[in-house]
Amino acid sequence: MGTPQGKTQVIDAPSRGNPNTAAGTEPIISLQGVSCRFGDVVAVDAVDLRVDRGEFFSLLGASGCGKTTLLRLIAGLEQPDTGRILLDGEEMAGIPAYRRPVNTVFQSYALFPHMTVARNVAFGLRQENLPRAEIAQRVVETLALFSIEGLAKRKPAELSGGQRQRVALCRALVKRPKILLLDEPLAALDRRLRERARFELSAVQARLGITFVMVTHDQEEAMSLSTRVAVMDAGRIVQQDEPRAIYDRPVNRFVAGFVGDANLIDGTVSQVSGGAIGVDAGLGVDVAAAHAAGIAPGDPVSVMIRPERIRLVTGASDSGGVTGRVRGKAFLGNAWVIQVVVAGERLIDVRLIGEESGAGLSPGHLVTLSWPAEAAVCFAREIGV
Amino acid sequence: MTRVLGCLAVLMPPYVWMVTFFALPIIVVFAISLSDAVVGIPPYAPLVDWSSARFLGDVENYTFLLGDAYYLDGFLGSIRIAAVATFICFLIGYPMALAISRVRPTRRLPLLLLLMLPFWTSFLIRTYAWITLLNSNGIINNALLNLGLRETPILMLYTDFSVYLGIVYAYLPFMVLPIYAVIERHDLGLLEAAADLGAKPFRSFLSVTLPLSIPGIAAGCLLVFVPALGEFVVPELLGGSDFLMIGRLLWTETFQNRDWPLAATVTIVLLVLVVATVVSVQRIVDMRERPL
Repeated sequence: MGTPQGKTQVIDAPSRGNPNTAAGTEPIISLQGVSCRFGDVVAVDAVDLRVDRGEFFSLLGASGCGKTTLLRLIAGLEQPDTGRILLDGEEMAGIPAYRRPVNTVFQSYALFPHMTVARNVAFGLRQENLPRAEIAQRVVETLALFSIEGLAKRKPAELSGGQRQRVALCRALVKRPKILLLDEPLAALDRRLRERARFELSAVQARLGITFVMVTHDQEEAMSLSTRVAVMDAGRIVQQDEPRAIYDRPVNRFVAGFVGDANLIDGTVSQVSGGAIGVDAGLGVDVAAAHAAGIAPGDPVSVMIRPERIRLVTGASDSGGVTGRVRGKAFLGNAWVIQVVVAGERLIDVRLIGEESGAGLSPGHLVTLSWPAEAAVCFAREIGV
Repeated sequence: MTRVLGCLAVLMPPYVWMVTFFALPIIVVFAISLSDAVVGIPPYAPLVDWSSARFLGDVENYTFLLGDAYYLDGFLGSIRIAAVATFICFLIGYPMALAISRVRPTRRLPLLLLLMLPFWTSFLIRTYAWITLLNSNGIINNALLNLGLRETPILMLYTDFSVYLGIVYAYLPFMVLPIYAVIERHDLGLLEAAADLGAKPFRSFLSVTLPLSIPGIAAGCLLVFVPALGEFVVPELLGGSDFLMIGRLLWTETFQNRDWPLAATVTIVLLVLVVATVVSVQRIVDMRERPL
């Protein structure tokens, strides 16, 4: 590509792709300022995206945020209005879908109803005019990857949802694409099946080393499978990072709320000292949070604390912390969620791990909540939000 | 008990209709086909001699018909004309159906209406209209002569060409509509999947769109082939005097020769032919639909 690598690496998170392709620093997918509109609706708005080789990358967002359109732009099923799409270093403008080095697992699976499973899977290879024997062999190999060789002669109408999903995966993977695009591949499965399919997907990706780009609205799915996640909202990528980083350090309220449970406390910065800040949120004491770039005393901010990062002590405590009263609790099997009222009206959820952890608490108990400053993330709050 | 009566009340009308207007006439025609022509009213001999209680019918008409080159030519000619016309209808009608189903939904209805518009005028009148168009001193030839494109008029009327033209013109909508109905329901996601898997547009068409439209094609072909097989008006008005089609033979036997038994035989043979076609087409389509 010949672009200065130093620059792109400053912008993007450090890559942590497949080690055996570490030599290729060139990203497998690179989107630069890509926009796509349908009439008056801007589906994808000036998106920059970089996916490295061997990554399992997820596009996470609510429905209508443009994540599927972004996937279809990469596949060549939609054309961008502006911007460049490079796949494996090659400019994709004017390259039709059937010549792109990607294959897609569609949300509806889009299996050909008039063909058997074997013919469905062979379809992509037949377009390359490979010898029959080779096609047959690769079809069997791919079906074996998902242990569904026995379904080869069935038609899609005779398959269960889980079987169809595997056939769709086989059909896309049999061509050994450089990139596999998955549009909500697990959404149509029921809960138990979904969990199994998730592990299967992860195992196949690790085994084949193909770059996966998955669209999903399920944050748990994105978190558990991906090397990196891009959170999308209203056609834009809001944050693009490792799952841990997105979970621990969301860049704004939207990401914080979309990815996992979050307590959000609005206040004003009262002091900045080194790596930590104090925020006056009207809770009696200053709320501690990690310092974020560009935050100065007097700024309106939101502080986000994950429920499981909060330490709960019964009774009042002298060592700082916010005091409140237990309002209610819920048993989750391996944890408790305790709802605490602070400053008379605000609710803070606390998650206590362990079966016995919350057993002794009951509504009305006086408790003190505290957390390490680095567990609380603060972001600038626009006035009026 | 009232439920049984209720069911009967619902089911009886169609049955009564079918028996009265379909089964009974066919039985009558079949009976006549076993009889012999006589001069009189009715112009066929009774099947049963009631005084001696003997059955007088025989299959002589059938053996005559199948051994007679004239009638055989009539049948084969009809099959050929109907088959070729059906094929031409398919070649023109399939792209039409595909095009209509691929435009924006709001534009489909106007296009379908245009397709159906000719039905607002009588079939007979539309066929007559072709005569004024195709005649040697008709509109087309006059235009060609006046423009100096031709020295002599092209002979178009009373040829095979005019018969094909007439049949294709008359039955094209019957090909387009069933194909449209099937293609319109196709999941366009399948074409995206095909493209995604590397299929160029034409190969996607051949391996996805075309196979999935077979039920519509089969229905369209039957709707054109079956009436075209017994077509009378078009060959009578647009065909040459030596043009043999079974519909015309029927007319001649019934009204000119007054040989009702032979006409009835022709009818029954034609009916068997049609039923055989419908059943075999249905079989082929069913076999494709059935999972292996």
